[in-house]
Amino acid sequence: MFFWNWVKYSTSVLSTEKRNASPVLSVVPGTDRLVLPSHSSSAFPSLGSLYTNRGRREGGSMEQEMGELRRYRTQSISRGEFALSDSFYFYRKGLESIVDDQVTQRFSSEELVSWNLLTRTNHNFHYISLRLTVIWGLGVIIRYCVLFPLRITLAIIGLSWLVIGTTLVGFLPNRRVKNWLSELVHLMCYRICARGLSATIQYHNKNNKPQKGGICVANHTSPIDIVILANDGCYAMVGQSHSGLMGVIQRSMVRSCPHVWFERSEMRDRHAVTSRLRAHVAAKSNLPILIFPEGTCINNTSVMMFKKGSFEIGGTIYPVAIKYDPRFGDAFWNSAKYNMVSYLLRMMTSWAIVVNVWYLPPMTRQEGEDATKFANRVKSAIAHQGGLLDMAWDGSLKRDKVKEEFKEQQQKMYSSMVVGKKARNSQEPHTESTRR
Amino acid sequence: MGSTNSTLSKIPNVEELVQETGFTPAHIVRLYDRFEALDKEKTGHLRPQDFGAINRLAINPIGDRIIGAFFSPGQETVDFHSFVRILAHFRPADKKRPKDPSMPEPVNSRTSKLKFAFQLYDQDKDGKISRAELLQVLRSMLEMQVTEEQLESIADRTIQEADLDTDDAISFEEFRKSLEKVNIDHKMSIRFLR
Repeated sequence: MFFWNWVKYSTSVLSTEKRNASPVLSVVPGTDRLVLPSHSSSAFPSLGSLYTNRGRREGGSMEQEMGELRRYRTQSISRGEFALSDSFYFYRKGLESIVDDQVTQRFSSEELVSWNLLTRTNHNFHYISLRLTVIWGLGVIIRYCVLFPLRITLAIIGLSWLVIGTTLVGFLPNRRVKNWLSELVHLMCYRICARGLSATIQYHNKNNKPQKGGICVANHTSPIDIVILANDGCYAMVGQSHSGLMGVIQRSMVRSCPHVWFERSEMRDRHAVTSRLRAHVAAKSNLPILIFPEGTCINNTSVMMFKKGSFEIGGTIYPVAIKYDPRFGDAFWNSAKYNMVSYLLRMMTSWAIVVNVWYLPPMTRQEGEDATKFANRVKSAIAHQGGLLDMAWDGSLKRDKVKEEFKEQQQKMYSSMVVGKKARNSQEPHTESTRR
Repeated sequence: MGSTNSTLSKIPNVEELVQETGFTPAHIVRLYDRFEALDKEKTGHLRPQDFGAINRLAINPIGDRIIGAFFSPGQETVDFHSFVRILAHFRPADKKRPKDPSMPEPVNSRTSKLKFAFQLYDQDKDGKISRAELLQVLRSMLEMQVTEEQLESIADRTIQEADLDTDDAISFEEFRKSLEKVNIDHKMSIRFLR
């Protein structure tokens, strides 16, 4: 209990610093231009250092840079023309991206401004003082010897109760009592599991909580997101059916209330997936579906492209923004680096998991809006609320390569500076010769 | 990630690198972390594919050329030392250094930067940018957006402007002259630490 009070106190003290939600900064892919919203709040200047392109020169767009490069030339750049120095812009951008780049950054943990006494967030370790090392040592002892055993016990209790409870409820025939009991069991188990992670969750705007027959959409940082959201309401989970321990949990959960588990082969067939989800949503008494449209875990500093599949199902979308406080523990699951078990162990040996969850007002697809636009609209709303960077890059870039179209975009932009806005036509050589 | 000291000890010949390139040990540790992050298979060397995995670089019109600059002719891998040496060209110039004619030209001086840029154009390393080489660069930067005639006329014009000894190619001196007013240090430098 003492620990809880301490966590609550420190979060309230520290969170007064950033009480207002920060405005969204969108990054146009392929350039380094930041697009500010028209209604920036006063909180922006202090967060600027965290959310702008870190370490990147304030060089501005391609046009600006090229203009500077060509300033010494007598002709104006509006006439077009190539200069030998044009390539410097591309060299520099290329080298900058070799040294660091925005997208790869998102797939590794966020760097903290000041150290929080966890070795794992300590990237450039400098020995500062004996006192700090002693404090850190104390921290290790507390975390591993005191907190960790407590948390493991709670987690085991929580999970086993989930399996047992849902199986028991599954035996009941009656519909209403069954639903009520299943909700009770689910909530209880998730709450125990959340305590097992020392998760302190604050829910905002509870009046916008997802209703039955809707689709709940959230940004994805780790598998713990499910526990966080399910602490406050019951959702129907969507996902791949696994084997082993996860499979046991999944199968028992399905007994008490309908979730949507897919076989791996079914996942490939998008139509089958969509129709099953649609059927689930159409039955108005079913719990709201929980979907993470990014498709992969991102490190909670930005929101990446939403896959449009979830937005084609129809129904009302309830967006939810989840933001972890990185000072107490790093919740991001870097699936390339850690497997599930070591990830959970790391979670249980952090200080705490402090989360803010914002329920956003429900959205529906408007007339004439296609799924992609709708997805982007929802994404911007979530990024805006959570104070995350709204990126148009695809989360699957973690594993795949980028599309050719982006390269063509760069070439197009550059060519409009060299030959002007005219497309390729036979008049070109004539007009160029008249310039001389 | 470990302490600076332990990472530094993993890198052989650090003092030599520091002397040669002018990077501080902190910079070198950062670059080493980046090198390791790019070297996904932990071979200790980078291959062209490892660079190709960087998305921003993949959409850069002359990305392939930049990658090529890291690999000496005939070599298929680049080790950490060469990696750092190439990146050192883009370090901002040290303004306070006294001009010492007996010391070799520092790797990030204006001349060295220009030489590096020149080499990116002059792929066959004959000391001149021929018309064909210029056309190649133009083609990568503009690709589908302009016609072949437009490309050729742009190349012709550029050579005409810069070529002073009328040998239909741009030598390093001519290159340097045509860019003498450009603030090279500003345009060809990147910040290495966040």
